[in-house]
Amino acid sequence: MDGLLYLEDGTVFRGRGFGYPRTSAGELVFNTSMTGYQEILTDPSYAGQIINFTYPLIGNYGITADDNESSRIHAFGMAAKNICFTPSNYRSVMTIDQWLFDMKVPGIFEIDTRALTRRIRSHGTVKCVISNQGLSPSEARDFCDQAVLRNDHMKRAGVRQRVRIGGTGRRVAVLDFGVKQNILRSLEKRNCDVYLFPYGSSADELMSVNPDGLFLTNGPGDPQEAAEAAAEVKKLMGRVPMFGICMGHQVLALAAGGKTFKMAYGHRGGNHGVYDKETGRSCITSQNHGYVVSAQSVILSGMEITHFNLNDGTVEGMRHNTWPIFSVQYHPEASPGPNDSDHLFDRFMDLMDRFSPNLRPAAAGGINTAKGGGHHA
Amino acid sequence: MPKSPDLNKIIIIGSGPIIIGQAAEFDYSGTQACKAIREEGIETVLVNSNPATIMTDPDIADKVYLEPLNEEFLEKIIGRERPDGILAGFGGQTGLNLAMSLAKKGVLDKYGTRLLGVNEESIRKAEDRDEFRSLMLQIGEPIPPSVIATTLEECKAFAREAGYPLIVRPAYTLGGTGGGFAQNEEELVYQCRMGMENSTIGQILLERSVAGWKEIEYEVMRDAKDNCIIICNMENFDPVGVHTGDSIVVAPSQTLRDAEYQTLRSASLKIIRELKIEGGCNIQFALDPKSSDYIVIEVNPRVSRSSALASKAAGYPIAKIAAKIALGYSLDELKNYVTQNTSACFEPTLDYCVVKFPKWPFDKFMTAARRLGTQMKATGEVMAISNNFESALLKAITSLDGKNDGLHLPSVQSLTDGELREKIGVQDDERIYALAEALRRGAAVDVLHRSTGIDPWFLNCLKNITDMERRLSTEKLTPSLLYQAERMGFTDQEIKDLSGAHRAAMQDIRIYNDIFPVYKMVDTCGGEFKAKTPYYYSCFDREDECQISDRQKVLVIGSGPIRIGQGIEFDYCCVHGVWALQKAGYEAIIMNNNPETVSTDFDTSDKLYFESLHMDDVMNVIKKERPQGVIVQFGGQTSLNLAQRLAERSINILGTSYTSIDLAEDREKFSDLLHKLDIPTPEGRAVATEEEAFAAVNDLGYPLVVRPSYVIGGRAMQVVYSDEELHKYLKGAVSLSTEHPVLIDKYIQGKEVEVDAVADGSDVLIPGIMEHVERTGVHSGDSISVYPSCSLPETVKATLTDYTKRIAGALHIVGLVNIQYAWDGERVYVIEVNPRASRTVPILSKVTAIPMIELAVNAMLGRKLTDMDWGTGLAENRKLYAVKVPVFSSEKLTDMDVALGPEMRSTGEVLGLDTDLEHAVYKGFAASGTRIPTKGNIYVSLRDAEKTEQAAAVLEKYAKQGFSLYGSAGTCEYLQQFGIPAGFLSEEDVLLGITDPENCCGGAGETVTAGGAGCARDAFAAGNTGSAEKNLATGGAVGAGKNLAAAGGAGSAGKNSAAGDAFHPSLLHI
Repeated sequence: MDGLLYLEDGTVFRGRGFGYPRTSAGELVFNTSMTGYQEILTDPSYAGQIINFTYPLIGNYGITADDNESSRIHAFGMAAKNICFTPSNYRSVMTIDQWLFDMKVPGIFEIDTRALTRRIRSHGTVKCVISNQGLSPSEARDFCDQAVLRNDHMKRAGVRQRVRIGGTGRRVAVLDFGVKQNILRSLEKRNCDVYLFPYGSSADELMSVNPDGLFLTNGPGDPQEAAEAAAEVKKLMGRVPMFGICMGHQVLALAAGGKTFKMAYGHRGGNHGVYDKETGRSCITSQNHGYVVSAQSVILSGMEITHFNLNDGTVEGMRHNTWPIFSVQYHPEASPGPNDSDHLFDRFMDLMDRFSPNLRPAAAGGINTAKGGGHHA
Repeated sequence: MPKSPDLNKIIIIGSGPIIIGQAAEFDYSGTQACKAIREEGIETVLVNSNPATIMTDPDIADKVYLEPLNEEFLEKIIGRERPDGILAGFGGQTGLNLAMSLAKKGVLDKYGTRLLGVNEESIRKAEDRDEFRSLMLQIGEPIPPSVIATTLEECKAFAREAGYPLIVRPAYTLGGTGGGFAQNEEELVYQCRMGMENSTIGQILLERSVAGWKEIEYEVMRDAKDNCIIICNMENFDPVGVHTGDSIVVAPSQTLRDAEYQTLRSASLKIIRELKIEGGCNIQFALDPKSSDYIVIEVNPRVSRSSALASKAAGYPIAKIAAKIALGYSLDELKNYVTQNTSACFEPTLDYCVVKFPKWPFDKFMTAARRLGTQMKATGEVMAISNNFESALLKAITSLDGKNDGLHLPSVQSLTDGELREKIGVQDDERIYALAEALRRGAAVDVLHRSTGIDPWFLNCLKNITDMERRLSTEKLTPSLLYQAERMGFTDQEIKDLSGAHRAAMQDIRIYNDIFPVYKMVDTCGGEFKAKTPYYYSCFDREDECQISDRQKVLVIGSGPIRIGQGIEFDYCCVHGVWALQKAGYEAIIMNNNPETVSTDFDTSDKLYFESLHMDDVMNVIKKERPQGVIVQFGGQTSLNLAQRLAERSINILGTSYTSIDLAEDREKFSDLLHKLDIPTPEGRAVATEEEAFAAVNDLGYPLVVRPSYVIGGRAMQVVYSDEELHKYLKGAVSLSTEHPVLIDKYIQGKEVEVDAVADGSDVLIPGIMEHVERTGVHSGDSISVYPSCSLPETVKATLTDYTKRIAGALHIVGLVNIQYAWDGERVYVIEVNPRASRTVPILSKVTAIPMIELAVNAMLGRKLTDMDWGTGLAENRKLYAVKVPVFSSEKLTDMDVALGPEMRSTGEVLGLDTDLEHAVYKGFAASGTRIPTKGNIYVSLRDAEKTEQAAAVLEKYAKQGFSLYGSAGTCEYLQQFGIPAGFLSEEDVLLGITDPENCCGGAGETVTAGGAGCARDAFAAGNTGSAEKNLATGGAVGAGKNLAAAGGAGSAGKNSAAGDAFHPSLLHI
């Protein structure tokens, strides 16, 4: 079947279609990872987006039962240079073609993915239509014009109701904007007693399980659409240790009174260097975000920038000057990508051990790390 | 942290001559390191004995010592220069071993200098098998069951316990010398002996084999702040069992899930951190295809062949960054040199697929064992880039030499099914062709997977290729089919052959449907950031991002993979060609496919096309760039062979025209020309049949030189002395090249002289004359040669100058020409003319300081020698001597005939340089690592024709120096006739003496034979072919004698030198 990718400005890429025959509209982004297509496609943060893979050979090792980051594909479609129909890996259970078909997601291949990437690089992310149903460019244009893209996917990407995931250790309330499995696995590995809360949970609901810490997850969309979540989080700042990743990091910035803004084309891949001001060292990170925290705005809101991106200097991590709150823009849980920053989860454990509200029930004025000093070390 | 402030002067140790396992990659990395250090304002001193390299150019370092790489000379240089630091991680195993022993001996402490980038402990932990194993166990990284052994008993005991197959790895060697597989006790004993002998400390590692697992490599970098990054990972096409240097390699890995990729990545980081390496290292893993279990195979704690490949594959200059790290910089302080505005602290991402394919010397060494194992046999490699694996693979195959159009090998296609199955079962250099042939005959992928262990993903890609072949041969050639075939990397010739379409029809489809390749950039970041480096590859896709400037441009065609007969010297010429063009105001564009070289470094030329040098690809680049002209005379025979087809397509070849090239290479036409010029040449005939050949013998008489026309490095050339030999030659070797007739020339016994000249169409400049030590008949590449000529009378030099000028004039040479002459004591004969750069150009350029390539480029651009300040005619001798000594890699290629002859066998060369000849000779030998025996036994066996007074005089010298002579019955008698004492030794005894490796190491004393240029062990190995007698006869006791006579003199010179005063500091750097 023929595949077509129509960009809002009228640019058309023709290729071959695969996966599920379907037409959908979304925000076109590119990802530069060379491995991990299954993890990427199932990452809820890609909800509403059509992913262009810069690595030209996709599907080589098939689809496995172990590599999902959520129960389904969240991306609205994918584009690749080549798709492998004869995958090889001892864990492979099906081809990516079959999987996309089963998941009802359209794909297009044999297009110039590098040209597409270069276009996104110079013009920014763009609204687009992907179709493998033989649409003509004018039909695609009409489809594109009519499609309304949403920026609030974080409201639906996570759980619909509170879910408890075992564990006998530290109790963590997780506010779910569309969490990746490996974040939960990272908490489970540390024997945390995890409660997953749906979007829209109030501060009181979050505190109702007497958590030792609050975790704010990754998720899709524009963080400013999550204003009500930020408002609830704000109420809890100073009452409970917090750790945020990606969307969670951005919501924390908003909660503190900072600002976020949209980047031209974001960071998506597994190869950016991030400098850690506290250790003076750098690590390689897994990245997936289209919005970023304004450094100036969070500094004025009582936050300190702890990490920045070595390529463009954008904020990659921050912590609160007074309270045990920290966050990173990148993905320490990896999957896909390097797991150089797994230790951040240990740091969260440490903060909970020292500043859990359960240690000092009903302490007036909340917790303050400035005097304790430990958070800064 | 920024660079250490206490570093003002640094010595960089090079890797010496090119041998298998240590090739051009160290010129590339060393050159990068020099540039990286020099740009910091640090005085850079380079030591290397290899004259063919770019790094030994006066432009690269502040001071260059073209000196032997051994402790004696290094200590002197360190003592004289008093550097603050030494960089040894850029000179391969040679540099590293040398630095280690200098450190151990306290030389570094004595002169207050320190090792930069590597430390003794890291090297020891990484390279000492025992320490490495304990370290891995300590940090919980898996390794296979193994034992460190120094005796055969230990090996056998381990085998009883662990079972077969076992793998033998000697400690401290390069390219896996002396390593191998053992399936049973007999093989075990053989391999263990070899291994212990090859290890510098007599130690081997014996381990249970994980043959069949995936072999994966990671290139890792670390700085002093402990920041670590992966530059690139690579997956071998062949499973564990074949040395990675002999494997087809793809980058990045193709069959690893992210989880597997990251597991090995994390392990790599853990290992480099534990070893505390500051700079680059290579880590090899074996990964079980049926689980995610892995083991660590080995670590190379330095830049390597793999890191050169990774640098070119990823666009990340590992050596340059490693050098900066050695100075004290951390990764996050450095920029990405490709994008120029992002950080060097990141991991390159590829948006293309890279295939590396080895170049093996089996076409030259027909008797050498082709089977591949843990000991590397390839002399070089090619790399190809595309947006799919099939096309990258096919491009790599067409890169190997310009003649291969696809995944075919006639010798494999003619095999029966049974033979084919057998062939597939053996891991040799031709297996991939056999696999393709099996797929063509309908073999199933899983069957092939079971019999080879090659991952089905790769086999399916081969099947995609053979499926396309079938489509082309059965379907009508539509625009879509043509596009799909082109996209998969099929050459025009292949498409034409398979589809039966006419070239013109194909061209029409192509033009009407715009089916031409586009060029994409290698930018380290998958297009995420704007890159400034003009490094391109072709693929069939939509957007072409290659910007064409409106400057005047010239395309320089590179020399392809390093192989015997065409080494790094041609890369030197191409790089200098680029520089000269830039100096003359032109945009210089280079096209090449060798990842090991300086020419393919992204900042060497104005634009780099990393492409196959197949005619299709060359024409595509020409179509894209529309250069004013193309230079084909710097890339050796590879680029010269394109001349005809370029000329047919009316492409402007700069300098000597194709007509002249053809005139020089067509022996009959050339011989006519010489007759007209009244310049003697050995009488000869071109024959097409055996009858004609024997008719020619009647006219000319033996001995004769026989060869096919159009050759590289004297391939399939031989001296024959009898009807029997001639008959054998015509039956065997000649089928190699059927396109052209066989040439039979009278063999001139005498002295061989080599002249390189620059010509401008009217004048010539001869920078120097080099005289060969070996007599005629030994390939010039294998000869020891001396600058300036020291035994030629002035009249002969005048004749040589006159002939050179007249030949260059008659051929209308513009640019470089290399002429080989023979002088039999009376007359000067022209042996051959090469209308191109030669092996000796870098040597003469360095020794005489005449910028030959620059002058040649200027001549090609229309300038005259008389306007160029360097004069014309034969340049005056500089007051120094240079002795080029060839270096062989015969310990890597078993079952190879080591006798010297007209077929070139050496892989590299060194230069000995000094103000007097004896010192220069001594340095040449010292640099080549030749052990010069001063006592012992010599076995001599001569054919009747060789039993001359001259030979006796040479042998008598040996006897007088205290050597004991032994000989075959006839030779003994002959020696006794001349009053030279000699003992009889039967052939069996000789073979016994030479096949037993115990004897080889001195038990039976030293033995000297076979041209003298190889080491004593080479001579022993000759016995393996069972033709010791023939070797001696052709290699010549006379030749050997000459060498030794010279060497003997040098031996005493060496003693002087060691004594101290004879050291000539002023000339150590040129």
